[in-house]
Amino acid sequence: MVPIILAKGLTKRFGDLIAVDGIDFTIHEREYFGFLGPNGAGKTSTIRMLYGHSPMTDGQLKVLGLDIRTTARRIKEQIGVVSQENNLDTDLSVLENLLVYARYFNMPKREARRRADELMAFMQLEAKEKSRVEQLSGGMKRRLVLARALINRPKILLLDEPTTGLDPQARHLIWQRLRSLKSGGTALVLTTHYMDEAAQLCDRVAVMDAGRIIATGSPQELVRERVGAEVLELRIAPALDAQVLRSIADLDIETERYGDTLYLYLPEGHTLAKTLTDRLIGINHSEMIHRQATLEDLFLRLTGRELVEH
Amino acid sequence: MNDIFRIPSVSWRCLRVWQRDRDAYMKFYKLSLLGNLGDPILYLVAMGYGLGRFLNQIEGMTYLEFIAPGLVISSSMFAASFECTYGSFLRMIYLKTYDAIIATPLSIEDVVSGDILWGTTKGMISGTIMFAVVGAFGLIDSVWAAGIPLLIVLVSFLFASLSMAATSFVKTFEAFNYYITLFLTPMFFFSGVFFPLNRLPDWVSVVSKFLPLTYAVEISRALIYGQPSWIVPVGLALLLGPALFFYCVSINLMKRRVIQ
Repeated sequence: MVPIILAKGLTKRFGDLIAVDGIDFTIHEREYFGFLGPNGAGKTSTIRMLYGHSPMTDGQLKVLGLDIRTTARRIKEQIGVVSQENNLDTDLSVLENLLVYARYFNMPKREARRRADELMAFMQLEAKEKSRVEQLSGGMKRRLVLARALINRPKILLLDEPTTGLDPQARHLIWQRLRSLKSGGTALVLTTHYMDEAAQLCDRVAVMDAGRIIATGSPQELVRERVGAEVLELRIAPALDAQVLRSIADLDIETERYGDTLYLYLPEGHTLAKTLTDRLIGINHSEMIHRQATLEDLFLRLTGRELVEH
Repeated sequence: MNDIFRIPSVSWRCLRVWQRDRDAYMKFYKLSLLGNLGDPILYLVAMGYGLGRFLNQIEGMTYLEFIAPGLVISSSMFAASFECTYGSFLRMIYLKTYDAIIATPLSIEDVVSGDILWGTTKGMISGTIMFAVVGAFGLIDSVWAAGIPLLIVLVSFLFASLSMAATSFVKTFEAFNYYITLFLTPMFFFSGVFFPLNRLPDWVSVVSKFLPLTYAVEISRALIYGQPSWIVPVGLALLLGPALFFYCVSINLMKRRVIQ
C-alpha cells in the first residue's frame, strides 16, 4: 500500500487554542478515509491543512510525497476540494462555474468543455447547464461543488462534511457517486459527524475529539472492538439500575447510563441476549430495544454521550 | 509586521482571477456601467452647465471646462475603489469565492492581485468612457491629452490597491463608510475637482497636498488643456510610489486575513 498522505505530530494552533493537537495518520492510495468527531474536534482544521488553506503550526505533512509548505501549487494541481460551505460562483451559471474553475487549473478550453459535460452528466446536472447557481436546490449545489472538485481528475478528493443539511435522496445520490469514483483510483478523505455516512463510504476512520485522534481502524472492527456486537437499550428509571446490574452481575456486560436509557453492550458472539431479556423482563421498564451495535455507539462511547460544545 | 511590507510573490496565474472577474462583469456590464458613469456624467452636466451659468471663469476656463478633467479622473477613482471594496469584500466574505479559488493551484496572492488588476480595469473603463464624453463635449484641445490614458491607469491602480488595503481591515459592509464617507468623498471635494484650492483657507490646501487625487486632477487639467509643466512627471511619480506600496501591502494584509 502506497501512502499518499503522511502526517506526524500535525498541529494547528490559533493563538492559545489548540485545534489539532499533534496527530499522526497515514492515508493510502485508493483509500476512503474519514475523520469523525463532534463539532470543534479539529476535523476541518485538519483537512484545511491538507491543501494548504490553513498553514500547519507544527509537525510533518507529506501529501503525494510533497511538502505542503514548499510545493502547495503542485499538490493543489492534483487534489480536489469540497469545502464545508458551497462556495460556488454565484455570478456564473452551472456550466460557467465548471469552465472558469478548469481555467484555474490551466486546462485548455476544449478539454475543459468536454470534462464539464462529462461531469454534469455524472452529477445529473445536464438539464441545469445554463441555470444560475441560486436557482439550484441544495442537493444540486452540492453536486455542482463536487463536479467542480473533480474537474482536474484529482488523485485525492478532500470533502469537508459533504452531505450536511441535505435530504436523504440527495445524500444517497452523492454517496453513490463518491463510491463509483473508487474504480477510477481516486482516494477520498472526508470529515463527517454522520455515522451512516462514514459507514457508507469509509474503509477506515479516525475518531477525533478535542484535537486528538482517539481511535483509528475500519468502522466494523472499531465497533466490534470498542462497543461489541449488539446493544440493548433499556428505558428504565435510574433507581432500578442497581437491580439490573445485580441481575446481570455474572455476565461480562458493560453498561452505561445516559438520560432516560441504560445501555448494555453485548460482546461479540454473545448468545446471552435471550437470557438477558428473560431476566430483565421482570424489571419494570417502558421499552427495550435490542439492535446491532453501530458506528454511532462507538462514536458516542468514545466522545461521550453528553453534548459538549467546544 | 515585516510580512506586511515585503514584496508578495504573485504569479501570472493572477490573470485567471482577472478573467473570472471579467466574465462575471460581462454578464451585467450595462448595469455596472450605469453605476460607474451615471454620477460623473450627472456632475458634468448639472454642475458644469447648471452651476456654471452663474459663475465667472475660473483660471481662464468656463466652469464646465474647469471640472471636466477632474471628473474623468475621479470616475476612475470611484469605479476602482468600489470594485476593490464592496466587490472584493462580497467575494471574500459572503460568496467565499476566494476560498474556492485558493483550493486550486492559485495562491491567495494571485487571487488578491487578480482582483486589484480587475479593479484597475474597471477604473480604466470608467475613466476612458468619461474621457470620451469630455471629448464629445468638445473640451479637449491639446495633443497632450494623449497622456490621459496613462494617468487613468495609474489612478485606477492606486485606488484599487488602496481600497483593497482598506478592505483587509473591514468586518462588515457598514464599515466601508469609514473609508468612503470619511476618506474618498472628502477627497473628491477637496482635491481641486470643483474649485481651485488656492482660494481656500491655508489648512485646506495643506491637507490637499497629502491627497493623491489632488495631483491626478492637476495633471489631468495640464494635459487636457495642453499646459504641461513639472507637475506632470512629479505628480505621476507621487501616484506610482504609493500605488506600488499599497499593492504590496494590501496583498500581504489580505493574506494575513484569509490564511489562518
